[in-house]
Amino acid sequence: MIEVLTPGLQTSLQDRGRPGLAHLGIGRAGAADLPALRLAHALVGNPPDACALEITLTGPTLRLHRDVEIALTGAPVAAEANGRALPGWTPLRLKAGSVLRLGGMRHGCRSYLAVRGGIDVAAVLGSRSQDLNAGLGPLAGRPLRAGDRLPLGAMNAFAGAADRAAWSLDPRPWFDGAVARPLRLLSGTHTERLDAASREALFAASFRIAAASNRVGCRLDGPRLALHAPLELISEGVVAGTVQLPPNGQPIVLLCEHPVSGGYPRIGQLAAVDLPRLAQRRPGDALRFAPVDAGEAARLLEAREQRLLRMETAIARRRAAS
Amino acid sequence: MSGTDCTIEPLGESALLLRFGSIIDRALNDRVHAAASALRTTALPGVEDIAPAYASLLLRFDPRRWPDTEVLVGAVRKALARTEVAAGDAEPADTAVVELPVRYGGEHGPDLAEVAALTSLTQGEVIARHVASDYRVAMLGFAPGFAYLLGLDAALAVPRLSSPRLRVPAGSVAIGGAQTGVYPSVLPGGWRLIGRTPLRLFDPAHAPPARLAPGLRVRLRAIDAATYAALSEHAA
Repeated sequence: MIEVLTPGLQTSLQDRGRPGLAHLGIGRAGAADLPALRLAHALVGNPPDACALEITLTGPTLRLHRDVEIALTGAPVAAEANGRALPGWTPLRLKAGSVLRLGGMRHGCRSYLAVRGGIDVAAVLGSRSQDLNAGLGPLAGRPLRAGDRLPLGAMNAFAGAADRAAWSLDPRPWFDGAVARPLRLLSGTHTERLDAASREALFAASFRIAAASNRVGCRLDGPRLALHAPLELISEGVVAGTVQLPPNGQPIVLLCEHPVSGGYPRIGQLAAVDLPRLAQRRPGDALRFAPVDAGEAARLLEAREQRLLRMETAIARRRAAS
Repeated sequence: MSGTDCTIEPLGESALLLRFGSIIDRALNDRVHAAASALRTTALPGVEDIAPAYASLLLRFDPRRWPDTEVLVGAVRKALARTEVAAGDAEPADTAVVELPVRYGGEHGPDLAEVAALTSLTQGEVIARHVASDYRVAMLGFAPGFAYLLGLDAALAVPRLSSPRLRVPAGSVAIGGAQTGVYPSVLPGGWRLIGRTPLRLFDPAHAPPARLAPGLRVRLRAIDAATYAALSEHAA
């Protein structure tokens, strides 16, 4: 069991999410940075559908009530236990009674803490993801708070004696702190409806992640974008990465807790391969877009998926050998 | 017009949007549900979500199962064409009907008097017109289990509140513009509240979690306070 001593800014339980219920108004939710979640689970030998902690900007302090094996991925978060700093992207072993203190992130927005065995709360509608916006999921979809006790799944005894593996992952392909690199954008249903200045600004301007951003979406500060003529739309389905343009002219890029439908003009669609990079932008970070076509976006996504699968296999082999 | 007469556009690498029109219209929405039902029956592999909206249908799929979107578009069009031959275009008469008891006015419908004033009807006439319609669940959205109902009597259309409430009680039956619906849980909302159903419309522990599903027909029945209390499934 893990006891939450302090919850951090916003720590939640996340897995791959809750697909298949959009027709009932229920979104997928799940981890905002899915590759980081998968790699955290791989590092501790969990199946990819296990549940982990998603940590936002400032981490929680946790008391471990049994021996555990953990891994931290995603944004680099300050971590300490028993007076020792803990590295990310490698399996770590901590004894029962340890207090794990997770602090701030130098850059990035979300870290993942996987624990061997997974967080073993009861699934709600097929998933252990907390949809914080809808108030759905374990603990009624509210973020963790002090006093919460999180059960852990069954786990084999430690194989070796070392408290730290002799190897770690190179985070670089999986965490991109370089906010100067543009995110790739497909054209959307209403991109052509933007006025000429806005169409140019969409790819030429530098936007900034607004403070009001959350797991529902990233609100962008920057030049106000406008359509060349107002458009009355009825609600249609949206997906993560859809760029909506509300009447105030500040685009919203939808993230994992987006509502299942929306009635704002859709001025672009973020390439899925760049969704984790968007999820790691924090309020105040810069954001630029670069155009991409559908074929290239699909190739990039498939290449990333292949890399992830190879990495999961390689990690499993390292674990088996150690 | 035929069910296959829709545009299909990709929404990123893992979704298609089938668009049948651009207005809120019952016949258009019927075609959306017919298409959704056809695609559910066909059960294309790797399709994760089939989500109807007023005049469109979102299809979410695993891009690894459908690396070439055009192939999926072809399969979708074939599935739509097949059911067309089988079912024709008529609204399915056998769609299930859900009856919702509603306590109108008073504490359960604090805006009923204002709706009556805005529509130049008596409160009794508003209720009579509201229960007379044959509604259909056009789509769910906004929040888990929130059903948008098609079929509101045009005389009952009223503007939304200028300042939305922060907490609308679960079960509230409301009118917003030309639409009507039921709040499944405590939510913020700008629609005008004319009544409340004692039934619980959304329960994540229940299968299915939402009592109202897209395409269902809905009838409303006015009840008195004692019946409301007797039927109430809401937490005290």
